[in-house]
Amino acid sequence: MSELILILATGLGLGALYFLAASGLSLIYGLMGVLNFAHSAFMMLGAYAGWETMQRLPDGMSVGVRLVLAVVVALVVGALIGAVVEVCLIRPLYKHHIQQVLVTVGLSLAAVAVAQAVWSADPKPVQKPTWMASTTDIGGAHLPNDRLLFVVVALLVFAGLMALLRYTRLGLIIRAGVENRTMVEALGINVQGTFTIVFAMGGAAAALAGVLYSQYAGSVSPAQGGSLLIYAFIVVVIGGMGSLPGTAVAAVAVGLVQQMANYYAASGVGDLSVVLLLAVVLLVRPASMKGGHA
Amino acid sequence: MNDETSAPPVETTRSPAPVLTVDDLHVRYGGSHILQGVSFEVPATGVTALLGRNGVGKTTTLKSLIGLAPRTGRIVLDGEEIQTRTTTRIVREGIGYVPEDREVFGGLTVEENLRLVDPSTGTDAPIVQKLFPDLVTRRAQRAGTLSGGQQQMVALARVLLRDNRLLLIDEPTKGLAPKLVTEVADVLAEVAEATPILLVEQNLPLVRRIADTVIVLDAGQVVHAGSAADLIADQELTRELLGVAMRRDGAA
Repeated sequence: MSELILILATGLGLGALYFLAASGLSLIYGLMGVLNFAHSAFMMLGAYAGWETMQRLPDGMSVGVRLVLAVVVALVVGALIGAVVEVCLIRPLYKHHIQQVLVTVGLSLAAVAVAQAVWSADPKPVQKPTWMASTTDIGGAHLPNDRLLFVVVALLVFAGLMALLRYTRLGLIIRAGVENRTMVEALGINVQGTFTIVFAMGGAAAALAGVLYSQYAGSVSPAQGGSLLIYAFIVVVIGGMGSLPGTAVAAVAVGLVQQMANYYAASGVGDLSVVLLLAVVLLVRPASMKGGHA
Repeated sequence: MNDETSAPPVETTRSPAPVLTVDDLHVRYGGSHILQGVSFEVPATGVTALLGRNGVGKTTTLKSLIGLAPRTGRIVLDGEEIQTRTTTRIVREGIGYVPEDREVFGGLTVEENLRLVDPSTGTDAPIVQKLFPDLVTRRAQRAGTLSGGQQQMVALARVLLRDNRLLLIDEPTKGLAPKLVTEVADVLAEVAEATPILLVEQNLPLVRRIADTVIVLDAGQVVHAGSAADLIADQELTRELLGVAMRRDGAA
């Protein structure tokens, strides 16, 4: 029983990271139709921004406080990068989806090369607060505190985004835009400004995912964003592109399936099982790719 | 610059100041030349019906006026050229657009559909309370679950929340039951008392009832413009231009 609780908790923790990585991706695709391959760069640069912040803060400061400040810096950096990418690279290619994909793929590759040049290809170890490195006993299982924290952060982000979508004007425009962007424009509403804000939000969420994933992995490296992006795309496709609740459910499902397969089958089978899950979902419910309501 | 030649705008009214003047409008999609030098004027009052057989470019004309179709030519709204402006800007300048098939936001409630345009009023707006009382009672219902007629009312109410100088309305009675057609016609007639309407419509009895002026398109060009009553009274001309004529009892 305790094993099952442990697997569920670690699966949920992983699913929480996938949700953070996928939420911005889903909103960006839903509203703008942009498959943003540069999302991996947002995650990776957010992780490095966090790592740099922790390195530069005085050693006398506790690791926990430095991590909180690192997250704040990463959020700002991620939001800025997202906004700049939208304004400089995506906006000039508005309605040219193939070119947008090519630009974002190019940016993701260039960002990895730049990161290797600046920080080298070697993983940089990250400091972890003592509390996050320890466990909490629940139902006889020793649950890693970092996974519990990931779940709490993902729940807060999910609740925050849902509240934004439900109760704000920006959210109303996003929900309408996900359904029919052209009609929103035809009602005299400036969707362009919304695009920039959504890209900034996506960048911030990706940077947060990057920092937390580096805590999960114990290090930060240039290729980290790419590996997380693959799962984020799988989650977005399963959840229905543009649907935030769908993304949340899919992220949990992918995290749990992956952890269970790794534990009950063999290590490494988890990755394969996630791809199988994607195939099954697309076969049974092919409309999931078309997306839904934000 | 466009290098097409065309006839000068067709005078559809004796009013010296039309709300909209369209001059030498061309639209091309891929290899197709949909509008081939369309020119006309929309009077500053009443309903102007844009008629023509299927596929002659009526919907494309409306879309190009609002900036939703790539076009060349001059579009002048109350003396200001608007052809280079974005859709959002054109709408804010005062052209309201109700598309064919309504295109309400099905996942949003009626209230949200309206508040998208006017965050401060929604169904509380006097014009909504007056013209669309059914929507007020259905304010919390998702627009996607409404009937076709109710969705049409949402689409109309949505644009009426702005101060418009001209309304472009594309086939508002398409697919509606006769009773609903009458309701929509009543609303349009009332709206037209304050705001001129350029209306794409296939329903000739409705055109006869509410339109003052008609413009007939064929193969991407204006082939007739004048009084609605005169056209519909001339069965031979109506049959020649539209492929259909109205009977004496008013049916098309």
